[in-house]
Amino acid sequence: MNQQDRIREVVRRVAGKEVDSVPEESLFDSGVLDSHAFPDLVSALEQEYAIRIPDSDLSARKFESLASIEAYLNSKS
Amino acid sequence: MAVLRAFSSFVEGRRVSNEEMAALAGCEPDWIRTVSGIEERRFFDGSVADLAFGAASQCLTRAGVPASELGLILLASGSVERRFPGPAAAVAQRLGLDLTPAIDLPMASAGSLYAMALASRLAASCGHILVIGAERMSPIVLQEPRNRNVAVLFGDGAGACLVSPEGPGARVLDSAIHTDGAFSEDLKLEFGQPLAMSGLTVILQASRKLPRVIGDLLAKNGRAAADVHTFLLHQANRNLLVKVAQALGAPEAKFYSNIARYGNTSSASMLIAAAEWAESAAPPPGALAVFAAFGAGFHWGALLAEF
Repeated sequence: MNQQDRIREVVRRVAGKEVDSVPEESLFDSGVLDSHAFPDLVSALEQEYAIRIPDSDLSARKFESLASIEAYLNSKS
Repeated sequence: MAVLRAFSSFVEGRRVSNEEMAALAGCEPDWIRTVSGIEERRFFDGSVADLAFGAASQCLTRAGVPASELGLILLASGSVERRFPGPAAAVAQRLGLDLTPAIDLPMASAGSLYAMALASRLAASCGHILVIGAERMSPIVLQEPRNRNVAVLFGDGAGACLVSPEGPGARVLDSAIHTDGAFSEDLKLEFGQPLAMSGLTVILQASRKLPRVIGDLLAKNGRAAADVHTFLLHQANRNLLVKVAQALGAPEAKFYSNIARYGNTSSASMLIAAAEWAESAAPPPGALAVFAAFGAGFHWGALLAEF
């Protein structure tokens, strides 16, 4: 499973539904997630990748699309 | 340590339903309820100082303390009408005071929590300190261009708390206040501009920082979330209160909520909630209450008190 598929699977688990978004599309504007699932998404990414995302990185810009999540995770690896 | 001697709330004005607000903001009434838990809010036809004075005078009456005995007034508001002077001076004047220092805290949502924490630390030297949170958010949310994600959330209101060095009331055990200016652009209100909010960043930060500051404060004082009788938080959003409860492993029922009736009244909301709770619940002796708030800045904090 490549990185983006792995992220898509994490989002699917949090959203409870399939994720058809294109990578650059906002997961919130497209209705995949609502704002209150956002903290759950970050927690799920921390668990999946066994990382601790610091408060200083908790910005919507870093996690609002599959592409931005991938870029963030790549920057941490 | 200081005591929280009395609380009051002043929520007046026209009731504005979700149906009316939805028409103004271009959304569905049910969407407002789902994303926030809000059913209605009040729009007050007056000034921030009018709201603040309403809460202040009630609080002093409840406490049985004349205004002349106040050593300090701290007034939190993020919705003042002008740059200076802020409403604190006007409230002091209307209370008949002409020497008592009155300080404005332009901090929005965390303002009253900050004021309570500061007051509890200053009461030993200043005497009675009147803390007020007052917000007139209606002109801000109605300003064009309207952002539905913001417009539907806020309402007008005021709350107050008299913090005294000793006497009857809830004993303040400890408090913690924090600031991180790295996110100051994510929630801001410039003069003459609409309120700008990255709601996603705010909920991400708040849902982590609030449980942490509460948990740390409790642990520092040898207490656990299970020991707390009631959590009195800034009423930002019903869904956020649920998130904080889950993170702390505390029942949602312990989180007092009146956001359905008033919406988010920013700095006023925690004090309004405290006033309603203290009046209706009659907390038993020894009951622990946790106050907490998170808001623009970001500023956040918590205060632990024993009734």
